[in-house]
Amino acid sequence: MITKASTIIELTVRNHPGVMSHITGLFSRRGFNLEGILCAQIGGGRQSRMYLLVKRDGRIPQIIKQLQKLCDVVEIVLREDYDHTLFDRMHELVKRKS
Amino acid sequence: MKYSGAEIIIRLLERQGITIIPGIPGGANLPLYDALYKSRKIRHILARHEQGAGFIAQGMARSSGRAAVCFATSGPGATNLITAIADAKLDSIPIIAITGQVPTACLGTDAFQEVDTYGLTLPITKHNFLVRSAKELLRVIPEAFTIAESGRPGPVVIDVPKDVQSETIEVPAWPAVGKPCPGKPLDKSILRGMASVINSAKQPLLYIGGGIVHSASRESLCVLAKKNSIPVASTLMGLGGFPPDDPLWLGMLGMHGAAGTNRLLNEADVLLAFGVRFDDRATGNIAKFCPRAKIIHIDIDDAEINKLRPSFRSANADIREALRYLVRFVHADPREQWMRRVQEMKPAVSLSKAGRSRHIHPREYITMVGMLTPADTIITTDVGQHQMWVAQYYPVRESRTFLTSGGLGTMGFGLPAAIGAGLANPGRRVVCFSGDGSLLMNIQELATLADLQSNVTVVVMNNRHLGLVRQQQELFYDRHYIASRFATNPDFCGLARKFGIRSYDLAGKKRPSAILKKALSGKGPCLINIPIDHTENVMPMVPPGAANHEMIGGNEQ
Repeated sequence: MITKASTIIELTVRNHPGVMSHITGLFSRRGFNLEGILCAQIGGGRQSRMYLLVKRDGRIPQIIKQLQKLCDVVEIVLREDYDHTLFDRMHELVKRKS
Repeated sequence: MKYSGAEIIIRLLERQGITIIPGIPGGANLPLYDALYKSRKIRHILARHEQGAGFIAQGMARSSGRAAVCFATSGPGATNLITAIADAKLDSIPIIAITGQVPTACLGTDAFQEVDTYGLTLPITKHNFLVRSAKELLRVIPEAFTIAESGRPGPVVIDVPKDVQSETIEVPAWPAVGKPCPGKPLDKSILRGMASVINSAKQPLLYIGGGIVHSASRESLCVLAKKNSIPVASTLMGLGGFPPDDPLWLGMLGMHGAAGTNRLLNEADVLLAFGVRFDDRATGNIAKFCPRAKIIHIDIDDAEINKLRPSFRSANADIREALRYLVRFVHADPREQWMRRVQEMKPAVSLSKAGRSRHIHPREYITMVGMLTPADTIITTDVGQHQMWVAQYYPVRESRTFLTSGGLGTMGFGLPAAIGAGLANPGRRVVCFSGDGSLLMNIQELATLADLQSNVTVVVMNNRHLGLVRQQQELFYDRHYIASRFATNPDFCGLARKFGIRSYDLAGKKRPSAILKKALSGKGPCLINIPIDHTENVMPMVPPGAANHEMIGGNEQ
């Protein structure tokens, strides 16, 4: 169960095959926790929107600063106005398909 | 006009002002070399190992401040470059590595000499590209220069599949040359706030790092330090950022810093952290670093601010810009009391003189080289005891004349970096201080040096050991010496001669200075072998994890 102890970082990134590695690689090598990811292309495929679910703790400013340094990151917004149950209901994505 | 991807790369590099490219050709970058064959502006330097090519590029970039380029083929060519790229990342050095890759259609098939260069270099570059069409090159090449040289500099990798190099496209117009982006405008009120903290400080101290060198701030830093009487301690990367003969100069701080300097840091009430990242080798146990001091942190990389140590005032800015205002806002202050205290500690600043044996202490040779060479001589080092002795005793008199692998600590850096420094600075002398362990890690580049016949002098501090490992085993592992003594030791002078390089051996020589003088004044490359005692340790030393003032050997003055 994901609760309000988490927060969402909304990223707009340049869309290309390596961009996901750039984001997840940053989290793993700097030891930042990443609780969930939602990602899809926007704007006709030139960009992607990523929602990163992260623990709300003292490391968020550092995470944001490190993300800002990535050349593929176009915009970062810290979102409090999100429905965290979406991450809990991810399985519905597949169920609906069948 | 129609151009191939390879021709586009070469033309764009020429337009960027690149005139020298070290590298090694192979199957996957042959189209690129074929395009280079036709270039009249770019000279290729054939290294003997891709790591050598990477460090040659680093030597060019570190000594000039401009981005340098190197080439390697796919697979092993790219993996051999990895260490030099990671090294550039940790020391913020702008190099651009252009690697060949298997054709796009073969990507992901485990083709011959295929490796995921993009994936491998992702965590060790400022940015990297896998180029998928010749057209993309028109954007990627200038952008790579912009990224490498903007803000905090860093390495960029451009991986180019062979078919992209061969693909021919119409180029209607060449893109603009990639230039560093201007920084964001400064908030002067923040600098006024900083100045008032400095003005009301009793015992301020400057802690400078590589950012001073990268931003060419040496002169304005001197003005600030003198105007307000602030003593200056430097990290390894900041050496050259302040004149070593100035009374305010405290030398290096940290693990092998001067004892008095580390103690003074403990007394500072305001610490001006300019172009530094609070690296553990500089701060020791960070919780006990400058416990009394309010931190004023200025760095070009916002992520460094408050990363390891919360600051009292901070600015994400180019130091040179910030200094322009700080110099104006800070009052002139002789700080007589603080200056007396600093001078009192100064005898302790001069490092331990106690030698252990009948051998001449390595510092004597380093001081001699310092006296025999002009101020613009470029020094490179390898990694280990000799590196720390050079950092402690060599007077680095100008910015960008001390090239050393600080962050990654790569043995094998010194010789190729010296070759690169020589290429980028024709007419200037380059001295590479190395150890017998380090030099062997890229000894093959003596062949490249012989090709070039540049004025590079390699000084081998030969103790037949991995000295700094031996030292740590002595101090922290109950003298359990394992794998730190070499069973055999090659004849370095003989080796150099066989490579076609002049050499001198100081073993048993009564007047080493005369030989050093001869070696440092002759034309062309040479190597000097200096036997030193393996029991000699680098002192003082802060044990890993301890506070800076808890150093070993800090009292033997």
